[in-house]
Amino acid sequence: MSRPPRWTGDSVTGSPRPVLSIRNAHVTFSSRRRNSAAVRAVDGVSLDVLPGEVVALVGESGCGKTTLIRSVVGLEPLSAGSIECDGNNVTGARASLRKVRRSAQMIFQDPSGALNPRHTVYETVAEGIRIHKMRGVEPELVADALSRAGLRPPAQFMPRYSHELSGGQRQRVLIAGAIALNPRVLLADEPVASLDASIRGEILALMRSLVDNEGISIVAVTHDLGLAWNIADRIAVMYLGRIVEVGNAEQVLSHPQHPYTKALLSVVPETARVEQQILVGETPDPSKIPAGCRFHPRCPVVASGEAERLGILRRCTGVDVELVLRGSNHSAACHALP
Amino acid sequence: MNVLELIDLSVTYRTERGEVPAVRGVNLTIAPGETVGLAGESGCGKSTIASAVLRLLPASTVVTGDVLLNGENVYSMSPGRLRAVRWNDAAIVFQGALHSLNPVQRVGAQISEAIELHTTLNQAEARRRVIDLLERVGLPSERARSYPHQLSGGQRQRVLIALALACEPTLLIADEPTTALDVMVQAQVLELLAELQRDRGLALLFITHDLSVITSTCERLAVMYAGRIVEDGPSHDVFGNPAHPYARALTQAFPTIGDHDSRMNPGGLAGDPPNPADLPTGCPFHPRCDVAIDECVTTDVGLRQVFLGRSAACVHVASTEVDR
Amino acid sequence: MSDHAAQPAMSARAFTWQRRRTSFTEFRRRLWQDRLALGGLVVLVLFALMALAAPLIAERDALSAVNSLDNPTWARPSGEFPMGTDHLGRSVATQFVWGARVSLLVGLAATVLTIGIGTVVGVISGFTGGWTDAVLMRLTDWFLVIPFLPLAIVLAAVLDRSLWNIVLVIGITSWPGTARLIRAQVLTVKRRLYVDRARALGAGPVHLIRLHIVPNIAGLILANVTLAVPISILTETTLSFLGLGDPTRASWGKTLQEAYNAGAITRNAWWYYVPAGLGIVAVVLAFTLFGRALETILDPRLRENRR
Repeated sequence: MSRPPRWTGDSVTGSPRPVLSIRNAHVTFSSRRRNSAAVRAVDGVSLDVLPGEVVALVGESGCGKTTLIRSVVGLEPLSAGSIECDGNNVTGARASLRKVRRSAQMIFQDPSGALNPRHTVYETVAEGIRIHKMRGVEPELVADALSRAGLRPPAQFMPRYSHELSGGQRQRVLIAGAIALNPRVLLADEPVASLDASIRGEILALMRSLVDNEGISIVAVTHDLGLAWNIADRIAVMYLGRIVEVGNAEQVLSHPQHPYTKALLSVVPETARVEQQILVGETPDPSKIPAGCRFHPRCPVVASGEAERLGILRRCTGVDVELVLRGSNHSAACHALP
Repeated sequence: MNVLELIDLSVTYRTERGEVPAVRGVNLTIAPGETVGLAGESGCGKSTIASAVLRLLPASTVVTGDVLLNGENVYSMSPGRLRAVRWNDAAIVFQGALHSLNPVQRVGAQISEAIELHTTLNQAEARRRVIDLLERVGLPSERARSYPHQLSGGQRQRVLIALALACEPTLLIADEPTTALDVMVQAQVLELLAELQRDRGLALLFITHDLSVITSTCERLAVMYAGRIVEDGPSHDVFGNPAHPYARALTQAFPTIGDHDSRMNPGGLAGDPPNPADLPTGCPFHPRCDVAIDECVTTDVGLRQVFLGRSAACVHVASTEVDR
Repeated sequence: MSDHAAQPAMSARAFTWQRRRTSFTEFRRRLWQDRLALGGLVVLVLFALMALAAPLIAERDALSAVNSLDNPTWARPSGEFPMGTDHLGRSVATQFVWGARVSLLVGLAATVLTIGIGTVVGVISGFTGGWTDAVLMRLTDWFLVIPFLPLAIVLAAVLDRSLWNIVLVIGITSWPGTARLIRAQVLTVKRRLYVDRARALGAGPVHLIRLHIVPNIAGLILANVTLAVPISILTETTLSFLGLGDPTRASWGKTLQEAYNAGAITRNAWWYYVPAGLGIVAVVLAFTLFGRALETILDPRLRENRR
């Protein structure tokens, strides 16, 4: 049986140069307590993000998705591997990290926490402009960013404090602060999870319009597959620090390959058509990553005995598994797949 | 007799900046064993209703209308009777499971404390009941000896459900019980609630901002906006064919995966939730409504019957006012 | 650029200032509602005015016994001597007025030193973490466990007995508490998401401390100031009472000490020690009341609880 070629994270040949290129990234936290293992939050992730593309990074909490995007802007130190954004290396010299921090901008899950309660909207949006000494007239840059983020007229919002804004407006202020620097990539950590249902769509539409109109790329970390369906071009499913399935959003969502992706899809409340496959047990612990395929203790293929029937049980429990191309733009890491 | 009956319930908070009407005339009944979802965005008054049912609101709050719990008016009860009712007839599961548990007491002790306070069981019997309850919510009995911080978010939520069930209430009020939880754990908790409801004929009032969660758990769905119920009916009907434009916007907020209309086209609602202290005139939804007509600016229509068992508060619904 | 860009150009800074003015008005309104704090503030202002105007109210020369040889000793309060005279015939009122000057001066100067050292150590320690934190905190612990009074006595005895040395003694011995408090607050502010956001924007440590950390602990620092002043005043009184004060200047503590040594209590000469004692109580109480109210007004969480 000829095995398909290994997926290394490289984009398909012939496509444009990625704006964000993550190569075999590891983030390990040493445990404070003695005798307990280090926490391998991100455990070997490779991912390319192309210009003008939305990649949704999905998975349960503790799968390392937030840690991964935080490490892009140097908020978490890489313990191995490399991340390059717009030609600048995150782990490189201080000047190169500084450039990354201009071309990659973070948007946080909790907009009320990410706004300094003692700063006005103007000060918040101008902060990055001042740090990076952007060319141009500061008030004009701020006003422009605010109106691009949908806060119009901008002058009305500038003097306000965070507590005088609604949840949706707060998130728009943060987006304005990010796009004021004309970044290549937005790293959005659960951008709508703390917002009301009615506001959600508006913020997602804004994010998509930034991609379509300004060519920005977005990496959106989320546990909400509906968000991926709404705006993502590509999906990467993470489990315990690794990407277990990645590919074109529509393909992954309509024809999931990995049993974990299938389970995640089956519990989306609205999808009543498929039988729910609720995984037993709690969210996995990145300080105790199981041997073999890291998903095997919760894997329905193993639990149902199908793995044994296929004769792959020993590989599931003993051999680590890598992402393998399953189509033109779709890869999954599972021993049970042909 | 209905488990819960809210008759023209209004709740007004008194704050430094004046009176804030949080709930403005809500009628809602829950029959024994019925599951009702209450949906709406933050500030619409849905959580206030949960607190109002058990008189948990601050003393300065003005409550008018009646709250009947198993036929008995909660607001004319003696303090002793109220305490008894709070656990034996109706119990609440709040969101944020970490803050509702005492961090320095083992979870088993917290559950048995509630049992001993509200029933005549002795300590040994209460302990047996704790084990029984924990097993029923899917936790191994040795978890009784754990402290809250040793449990995961999902496990803590299960403990809270066990705690709420400790005195066999007839009504369980769940206020955003899964909001802080992961998808997979959310599915586990929802399944548990559905199972408990089936097995024990528990009436359930499920409060959330996420309509999609309600449809898989509740038979009936009430959508709230600015302190009022704007649509009420069987949940699959309301979800599949909403009559009120606000309910329609909420159903579109969470896309159906595979539905190509919503692909690259997130559905949403322009504008922000209204400030309860300063509501728009007429129908409070009109500034955000895409089908509003001139009449909406001046007239706030009440609930109108769409068909039997289904009502909505919108001018576009053929006008037959629902009897109060 | 969008068409909205041009109009707010000139007024961007003005917004910020306008906002600050609004917050100050709000602050004044809340203070006005708090009767106790207002009372404290009035007492403080009166004492401050008295201290500032001391040269106009009472002649400094009258403090010296050489200039009061003609005065009666142990005279009861009268028209000529509103607070009576002491065992050397000096006017107690003059001592009271000039004493206020020293007590307030020492109180404020020592507080500036205490809060200054405490804030710098606390912010650096909390913000930097790691080894710097460990070293600074051990140093703080070391100062914290030194019994205060013996050290103050030794220092005051070794150094010259001057006013500024008293300030130094109080400053050196009382900063550790402030440092620990500030560090704890910095640790919580440091973990806020907006600090992460600024860091992800490329902000350096100076930017983070100046724009995010300090503004968010400013309320705590201010409240600490108003609570440190009375402690400093009391410490100065204690040291002076123990005879370790500046011999050339009148302070309330020194008045009390002299009254005690001259046997004012056995002679029932209440006018000698009561004014200084009441002065200390009034100033300390006023500062505490005002400080507590300030803390409540500036901290939104406490504001909520009060309702």
